[in-house]
Amino acid sequence: MKILVCISNVPDTTTKITFNSEQTEFNTSGVQFVINPYDEIALTRAIEITEKDGGTVTVLHVGEASADPTIRKALAMGAHDAIRVNAAPRDAWFVANQISNVANGAGYDLILMGRESIDHNGSQMAALVGELMNIPSISICKSLTLEGNKATVDREIEGGKEVAIVETPFIASASEGMAEPRIPNMRGIMSARTKPLNVVEAVAVDTLSEIISYDTPKGRGQVTLVEADNTDKLVELLHTEAKVI
Amino acid sequence: MATDRFIAPDYYLLDELLTEEHKLIRDSARAWVKKEVSPIIEDACQKAEFPKHLIKGLAEVGAFGPYIPVEYGGGGLDQISYGLIMQELERGDSGIRSTASVQSSLVMYPIYTYGSEEQRKKFLPKLASGEWMGCFGLTEPDHGSNPGGMVTNIKDDGDHVILNGAKMWISNSPFAQVAVVWAKDEEGVIRGLIVERGMEGFTTPETHNKWSLRASATGELVFDNVRVPKENILPNVKGLKGPLGCLNSARFGISWGAIGAAMDCYDSALRYSKERQQFGRPIGGFQLQQKKLAEMITEITKAQLLTWRLGVLKNENRATPAQISMAKRNNVNMALEIAREARQIHGGMGITGEYPIMRHMMNLESVITYEGTHDIHLLITGMDVTGENAFT
Ligand SMILES: Cc1cc2nc3c(=O)[nH]c(=O)nc-3n(C[C@H](O)[C@H](O)[C@H](O)COP(=O)(O)OP(=O)(O)OC[C@H]3O[C@@H](n4cnc5c(N)ncnc54)[C@H](O)[C@@H]3O)c2cc1C
Repeated sequence: MKILVCISNVPDTTTKITFNSEQTEFNTSGVQFVINPYDEIALTRAIEITEKDGGTVTVLHVGEASADPTIRKALAMGAHDAIRVNAAPRDAWFVANQISNVANGAGYDLILMGRESIDHNGSQMAALVGELMNIPSISICKSLTLEGNKATVDREIEGGKEVAIVETPFIASASEGMAEPRIPNMRGIMSARTKPLNVVEAVAVDTLSEIISYDTPKGRGQVTLVEADNTDKLVELLHTEAKVI
Repeated sequence: MATDRFIAPDYYLLDELLTEEHKLIRDSARAWVKKEVSPIIEDACQKAEFPKHLIKGLAEVGAFGPYIPVEYGGGGLDQISYGLIMQELERGDSGIRSTASVQSSLVMYPIYTYGSEEQRKKFLPKLASGEWMGCFGLTEPDHGSNPGGMVTNIKDDGDHVILNGAKMWISNSPFAQVAVVWAKDEEGVIRGLIVERGMEGFTTPETHNKWSLRASATGELVFDNVRVPKENILPNVKGLKGPLGCLNSARFGISWGAIGAAMDCYDSALRYSKERQQFGRPIGGFQLQQKKLAEMITEITKAQLLTWRLGVLKNENRATPAQISMAKRNNVNMALEIAREARQIHGGMGITGEYPIMRHMMNLESVITYEGTHDIHLLITGMDVTGENAFT
């Protein structure tokens, strides 16, 4: 089984999000970057599959050299080798084209990635790559088991789950439950030192979107609790304070 | 225990002084502690049980002999990596860190540094994997700060020696398979021996009712005419410098470990001060609480710089025992004071197991005593700067 896992490099979940004064760029100074948590789930599942059935896991990242520590961590977790497409990941279309360019014709049986990255939360990548490569793409999978070239996946859907059966090659995006993310151990960290990280140049692709500005959500206001039977008070507050009626 | 919401403080962006590999090692140990130690540690301490099931995971994160060469099962990592692992373990609990310190610096280090090739090959890989656990017997009932006065002794008996005496306050002793024991030969010269569980006349009674390091097992080592084969004597060291060399390595790790305990107390206190409301506002808004928090982060930052520099010196083989003493003394005391202040910030909640504070505080009472007491380290610095010995 030859597996490709796509990972993105995102700010750690505890990061305080700030922007430059024009609100056009995210401030990365002092920010710790990590493997996108959903990608970590996908990667762990890929490693589990190859540990059981043999095969290789290649991690792919579209991004600049500053993401190399994140890629090293993926190698320390157990991926066999890595590819970095040397270009800033400008938008989903750009990244999807880079991924499909690397994967096309390379013989991957399975391409895994997270359901979304926790910074931009676009949730488009699996579908875009599937379309570009013309192979099935299944999103938001809670489990994935393989029997030969047949895979069974549980998909999260509104109010329940859907079971799908699909043949390789295909793309799946991982959600919680597919695997328990692995913590690299010391042996893994040591062996990651010498695992290949191949840097390839990007192919020319137009971007289809542009970020105009960023804003953080408004802080939560004070909560006023009103007794359940005091509707008069509620109506008064909605008039005078919230000014919504 | 409540969910572990720890966020490590790095006020001076000291992460920039670390390599990517250092950070990966530290972050992995940190993640492991969050996942495996935090959820069970309060219960283990309340029950005064060493959580044995953690041994395998400790070995995997590199807590056993990270700086021992790879060919002997170690990690082949540098001293800063070792320090960072100790910091993260002690962020979880000083008892867990103690187990790892003993295994790495007091058992694997002397076997690697003073042992024969056969001893290295026989013991180190099994100690690195956690298959065997070790302990270190130096302190005796009547010889603590003055280990040179020890009475435990060996007598020649052909291809064996006969070991008699008793060691006290020995971390890991109740379950260790291997004990590195320091004893005087017939000429009164201190020698190191590897005593193995099962040797006749060797027992390890546990010390009960500790109020500190409750998740670490402590006990005695009792030797009643134990016949130890001469091949178990560490051939390459004689005298007090043997055990003192081990202590140097362990103290270095403790100076990092103490930062972990301090960071955990500070982090908890900072969060609590923002969430806890009194007189209609968060207590973190009051000057008295801010003074405590501001001083805590200042002291933590100073300690981080101290250990980082010490780590660089140790990597270059230039760290002196006196420099290591200074870091151990300063950092453990710093952590203990932060624990006490943090406990006050938590008010009554601070005395419960809902928060890690009181556990760290009680643990640190051992840490400030073992591996050279707070006073003894001051005397070491004092002697180093004045040239005058004030010990005796
Ligand atoms: C939980 C725990 C685990 C331990 N684990 C180990 C272990 O694994 N292996 C091991 O060998 N030991 C271990 N120890 C023992 C530890 O190293 C000793 O407790 C320590 O060295 C102090 O010795 P003592 O308790 O006999 O105190 P003492 O030496 O009796 O000291 C009592 C007090 O007198 C002070 N004092 C002593 N001499 C002087 C002086 N010259 N000038 C001024 N003040 C002085 C000390 O600072 C201290 O305040 C452990 C101890 C504890 C509590």
